[in-house]
Amino acid sequence: MSSLSSARLGRSIALHLFLTPLALIWLFPLWMMVVFSTMPDNGIFSPGIELLPHGNFMDNFNNLQRDTDFVGAIGISVSVAVTYTFLSVLLTSMAGWALARYRFVGKGVVVAIILGTITLPYAVVLIPQFIMVARDFKLANTWVALIVPPLFNSLGVLFMRQSFSMMPDDLFDAARVEGVKEWRIFLFVALPLARPMLAALAIILFLASWNNYLWPLLINSQPGSMTAPVALGTLIGLTKVSWGGIMAGAVMLTVPMLVVFVLLQRHFIAGIAAGAIK
Amino acid sequence: MRYQNATAYRFLAPYLLIFAIFWVWPIIDSFMISFQATRTVPWRFAPTFNWGRLIGDPAFFNALKNTLLILVIQVPVMITLALVMAVLLNSPLLKARGLYRFAFFAPVVVGEVAYSAVFRLMFNLNFGIINKLLNSVGLPSVDWFSNVTPAMALIMIAVTWRWAGYNAIILLAGMQSIPEDVYEAATLDRVSKLRQFFFITLPLLKPVIVFCLVLSIIGTMQLFTEPFLITERGGPGGGTETLGLLLYRQGFRSLNFGYASAVAYTMAGLAIAITLVQLWLTREPK
Repeated sequence: MSSLSSARLGRSIALHLFLTPLALIWLFPLWMMVVFSTMPDNGIFSPGIELLPHGNFMDNFNNLQRDTDFVGAIGISVSVAVTYTFLSVLLTSMAGWALARYRFVGKGVVVAIILGTITLPYAVVLIPQFIMVARDFKLANTWVALIVPPLFNSLGVLFMRQSFSMMPDDLFDAARVEGVKEWRIFLFVALPLARPMLAALAIILFLASWNNYLWPLLINSQPGSMTAPVALGTLIGLTKVSWGGIMAGAVMLTVPMLVVFVLLQRHFIAGIAAGAIK
Repeated sequence: MRYQNATAYRFLAPYLLIFAIFWVWPIIDSFMISFQATRTVPWRFAPTFNWGRLIGDPAFFNALKNTLLILVIQVPVMITLALVMAVLLNSPLLKARGLYRFAFFAPVVVGEVAYSAVFRLMFNLNFGIINKLLNSVGLPSVDWFSNVTPAMALIMIAVTWRWAGYNAIILLAGMQSIPEDVYEAATLDRVSKLRQFFFITLPLLKPVIVFCLVLSIIGTMQLFTEPFLITERGGPGGGTETLGLLLYRQGFRSLNFGYASAVAYTMAGLAIAITLVQLWLTREPK
């Protein structure tokens, strides 16, 4: 017995000896992001090795705000992400509900098409989407342009279909016998029961909108209508720019999401793992 | 159960409307645009204008070569690493599991712009922490941005850092859905942990691994932000230009929508072909 447990101890030590350096390497870029954001520019571009935070965050932030209206861009990003998340959760769960709970003509086709879009590169729809929104609808540099086209998502619908189809029939049949309308059953019986799944979905959608880069870069390119990642991206590669400021912006984009991740880790992981659950 | 067409489609309507306007129509439109000369007003139908240019365009083959190179190296490395992470995070021997999970999963929430900026600074030639650390152990500095091979390596390192944990989350969820008693029976039969991994975990995890591979291939196929921001518009001299970047340059810098659509359809064709091969290679034996 003692030899067994000492073998286990050896294996446990080997496991930690391997995993700890890997974890530190993985945390390193995030740690350096924080360190850079607190260093003056001449400190970032100096020969010494600096691995600990300094006290220059506010100066860097002021430099960033001088280079671009980052606070305004954060305001746009937050408003867009909140609106997008609300609308997308609603649309996605309605569609998931229909696919999970009703029998209807064309159901197989709808599911097959949704599955098919998973393997279709977004690049294929990008150009016509841009032409349509910018030229035909004349909606470039508006919130609508940021919010509406990305509303379609396939994994979210499949996740909600899975969630609703696992609920027992009796719950809804009881309400139907009472003559309750279908949309009321959806809103007041099904959605409250799906709360954990909705939370997972909402977090993933919020994050997707918050970090979205290519579409906002193309469609909202006017200063004053840019989202925060786009505003920050315009600074990267400029010659006369405060890199401490860019890092302060990166921290402001990243740290709130890390806090959300730590607090709601279970929902987060459930949302990402959703694709794998059959 | 009886048919409830009206009710079902009422719930589906808003979703399908968005889908029709912003996906179905663009898929068709994109195909048609690829057969038009779009730099004249009005656009005119010219079936070989873009596709003919595509097959003779060195910039296209350069981008295609770079994209496939990244695909062939980065995706297998990342999926293997994600598998290692998932197996080790799943080990009952692991202490402080939450900390390790945080380390590997945290990059999932980091935006492309934020991490591209950090990687640019970290890999700076003279003042980047990576070269300083290399020097401190006696290794020479690497010029990550002026030479093609290190620049490609940098792109692959960055993408792997960003996405390995994402795949590990999916793989871990898959592993945890494998019933415990399968392993208990194997342990009773004195099957080693390593053999358990290869003969139980891997086969049962195959659909999940394929799912991760397909998602990663589609993602890497469209790689844009990293070569755009980290290696400065696909530098050095187009050495890290990808199909995604070529599409951006042609479509949105030169406003040549026809040619960009042809590039987009090439990406889609490749993605579908690779996915089909993947599914065929990993099909269940009948």
